[in-house]
Amino acid sequence: MRTCDIAVIGGGPAGMAAAVAAHDAGIKDILIIERDEGLGGILRQCIHNGFGLHRFGEELTGPEYADRYKKMVIEREIPYVVKTMVLDITKSDGGDHIVTAMNSESGVFHINAKAVVLAMGCRERSRGQLNIPGDRPAGVYSAGTAQRFMNINGEMPGKNVVILGSGDIGLIMARRMTLEGANVKMVCELMPYSGGLNRNIVQCLHDFNIPLKLSHTVSKIHGKERVEGVTVSEVDEHLRVIPEKSEYVECDTLLLSCGLLPENELTKSAGIPLDRITGGAVVNQNRRTEDKGVYSCGNVLHVHDLVDYVSEEAELAGRSAAEYVLAGKKEPECIKTVNVHNAGAVRYTVPQVVDIYKEPKDIKIYFRVGAVLNNATITVKCGEKTLLSKKKRKVAPGEMEFVLLTEKMLGEVDSDIIVSAEN
Amino acid sequence: MIYDVAIIGAGVVGGLTARQLSRYKLSVCLIEAGCDVALGATKANSAIVHGGYDPVPGTLKAELNVKGTAMMEKLCEELEVHYKNNGSMVVAFDEEQLEHVKKLYQRGIANGVPGLSVISGDRAREIEPALSKNIAGALLCESSGIVCPYDLTIAAVGNAMDNGADLALGFKVVDIKDNGENYEICSDDGAKIQARYVVNSAGLYSDEVARMLGDEYHITAKKGEYMLLDKSEGGLVKKTIFQTPTKAGKGILVSPTVDGNLLVGPTSEKTDKGDKATTPGGLDTIKEKASMSADNINYRAVITSFTGLRASCDESDDFILEISKHSKRAINAVGIDSPGLSSSPAIAEYIAQLLSDAGLKLEENADFCGRRVNCKHFRTLSEAEKNEMIKKEPSYGRVICRCETVTEGEILEAIRQNPKATTIDGVKRRTRAGMGRCQGGFCMPFVTDIIAKELKIARCQVTKTGGKSRLLFGKTK
Repeated sequence: MRTCDIAVIGGGPAGMAAAVAAHDAGIKDILIIERDEGLGGILRQCIHNGFGLHRFGEELTGPEYADRYKKMVIEREIPYVVKTMVLDITKSDGGDHIVTAMNSESGVFHINAKAVVLAMGCRERSRGQLNIPGDRPAGVYSAGTAQRFMNINGEMPGKNVVILGSGDIGLIMARRMTLEGANVKMVCELMPYSGGLNRNIVQCLHDFNIPLKLSHTVSKIHGKERVEGVTVSEVDEHLRVIPEKSEYVECDTLLLSCGLLPENELTKSAGIPLDRITGGAVVNQNRRTEDKGVYSCGNVLHVHDLVDYVSEEAELAGRSAAEYVLAGKKEPECIKTVNVHNAGAVRYTVPQVVDIYKEPKDIKIYFRVGAVLNNATITVKCGEKTLLSKKKRKVAPGEMEFVLLTEKMLGEVDSDIIVSAEN
Repeated sequence: MIYDVAIIGAGVVGGLTARQLSRYKLSVCLIEAGCDVALGATKANSAIVHGGYDPVPGTLKAELNVKGTAMMEKLCEELEVHYKNNGSMVVAFDEEQLEHVKKLYQRGIANGVPGLSVISGDRAREIEPALSKNIAGALLCESSGIVCPYDLTIAAVGNAMDNGADLALGFKVVDIKDNGENYEICSDDGAKIQARYVVNSAGLYSDEVARMLGDEYHITAKKGEYMLLDKSEGGLVKKTIFQTPTKAGKGILVSPTVDGNLLVGPTSEKTDKGDKATTPGGLDTIKEKASMSADNINYRAVITSFTGLRASCDESDDFILEISKHSKRAINAVGIDSPGLSSSPAIAEYIAQLLSDAGLKLEENADFCGRRVNCKHFRTLSEAEKNEMIKKEPSYGRVICRCETVTEGEILEAIRQNPKATTIDGVKRRTRAGMGRCQGGFCMPFVTDIIAKELKIARCQVTKTGGKSRLLFGKTK
């Protein structure tokens, strides 16, 4: 059986950054396994700019951002395989993990890995999952599928377009399709606020006079063969369709941008516990899952707003995996383990678990809120103790937030940590 | 040429009839209005091979259901179609329903259904722990099963074609002329097919075809909405769980599918023949009623919802399988609603017998091979077999649909093998590419590419399901 120190599942931004960081931490025997035709993941089709402001201090397109990491992978001569699908991850008798994969050259093969980094990314919520009633014609696409058709294949998936969901991909596609000559009639958003980044609403909708209809949804799809129109309806405060406030909108295409779901089928089949809210694995601050030697990072762990944060998180996971292997498959010495809980408007945190090490290091706890808050107070408590309290002018579901727990604060932690955001 | 038999309608009945007739020295043409086989009532139903306790004793439904179900396992084995004898239960929530369950038991015994028993609510929950505590008792049927109806139809048509039958797709029959010896079957675009005998298995449109033969029936479309859940939920129940039929309707079933998903539905409502839309009310009804049978149905895991149409005949509750009253060389198969799928292997034999009664000579074809060759499902192979296959044909090593682990090799096979897939949905139904949790979000561009290359057409000519269902509008700027 082939062996390696670290197997990285996925060659997108998370996988590449994890591999580079693991390499720089001293592990050379790495294998990145990618299912698509090349490294880069979904960035390959994100030809718009806005990537890399935090990481590289400049605005890059998706392929440019991916290329920076690809260069780092190639410079370090980190081995990778493409067009290769991982089918299964199981535990070996020796406490390692066996990754089963398949491609055209090698058929089905197995790799024994001392550590595994999960970096499979996410998928889009489909029409079926949204349960939109009506006919089932051609012309209903998730925004990412339409993006691939346009940016990789150079084909137009539609001319008269309604977009449901104001997630970032939907907003980006509203602009992209407009620039290609399509008529984007409107973007409907079920919630009373957008789930996308503010800059995307301004640059992709406002600049092109595309209406954003908040508290609106598509309640029916019409068209036997190709989409002929959709019924757009206003919803009440319980998100229920108000039939009297419905209109028929003629279009040939409906794009869906209604949320991303971490793609954790491999994680589940490996028996690794998931967080119900994030849909990703439960991890500690090193992004180690509940399964020793398995790390998770990027959008497979939780959906990020910016790729810059994916890279940062993946480097942490890659470095941690490397340290684990270098230490002879041992974790840092841990005094106690505490859980991180949500309160107020906080929907989830990553990590969900904090291991208090003998030699603690600063920890960033990322979180997202479930509603828009103005002048929010963000606090971190441990029992009655307030470890941290800060004000933020605005927090919104579309943007990730974090709190920094310093070494000193961690020294005071003796029970579970509670992160809250309140008005 | 003049065919011996033309079969109008390539659903499960037409498909299995074509295969049945290819056992004999006959030239057979299967005619279908759609761009693929199995697009009508066959495409979307509960996918159940019923035990046969439901039909009234003495009816064709009772006879052919029990017979067809008994034939199903062997048939599926020959055709390499996945069939599972998972058994079923009809659950009762109160004394009145329990009485009805006992009646069903009696009916089943009269119909000759093997493996029936009436069990207590506790026993039912012992067998299926997910069942509701409100269940007072159940009819247990060991002999029922599950099968994928379009998988069966595609395999049957493919096997018939491999044995010499022809398939005419996109042939919408608008007129049938009889000169006393041959029929001339005319399509809406002027094409003609001649045949000595005609079988009308046109499902929802079998009344219209019958009218062209001079026979009068009326078909009403009944709409049934379903929800399909992720494979993560497929283990909730092992058996198919029916509810006791009441005056309010037949109830909602909860069932695993042969592919490992969970299916809930259907509703039942009269509609027009072209209406395959799902409705908000329908989906709500399914949720509400299905939750009566099992407690923990995770509707967050719904991956798609769809509507099926049943072809019910106004004149009769029973199947109508008879020689045309006006045209002695034609057979009408009308009103094939539930249990049509279960009965289909027996219906095919019955139709062959009717043709013989009408004067068609059935002479055994010694070259007939009932096995579907070169169609071992890649996913079911062992690792060593897979590797051997990939060595021979590397495209089997390239996964295109990640959710269902479908390889390029399997997609090419679907496009190259009888009956050939030419559309995205055609590939989907043959290989399951696009049928998983992402519903084609990732693989659709790849499948589009493979179809375009293989059929030597432009990508923008590729359709979802024929006609005007194109996916793309040409190049970007």
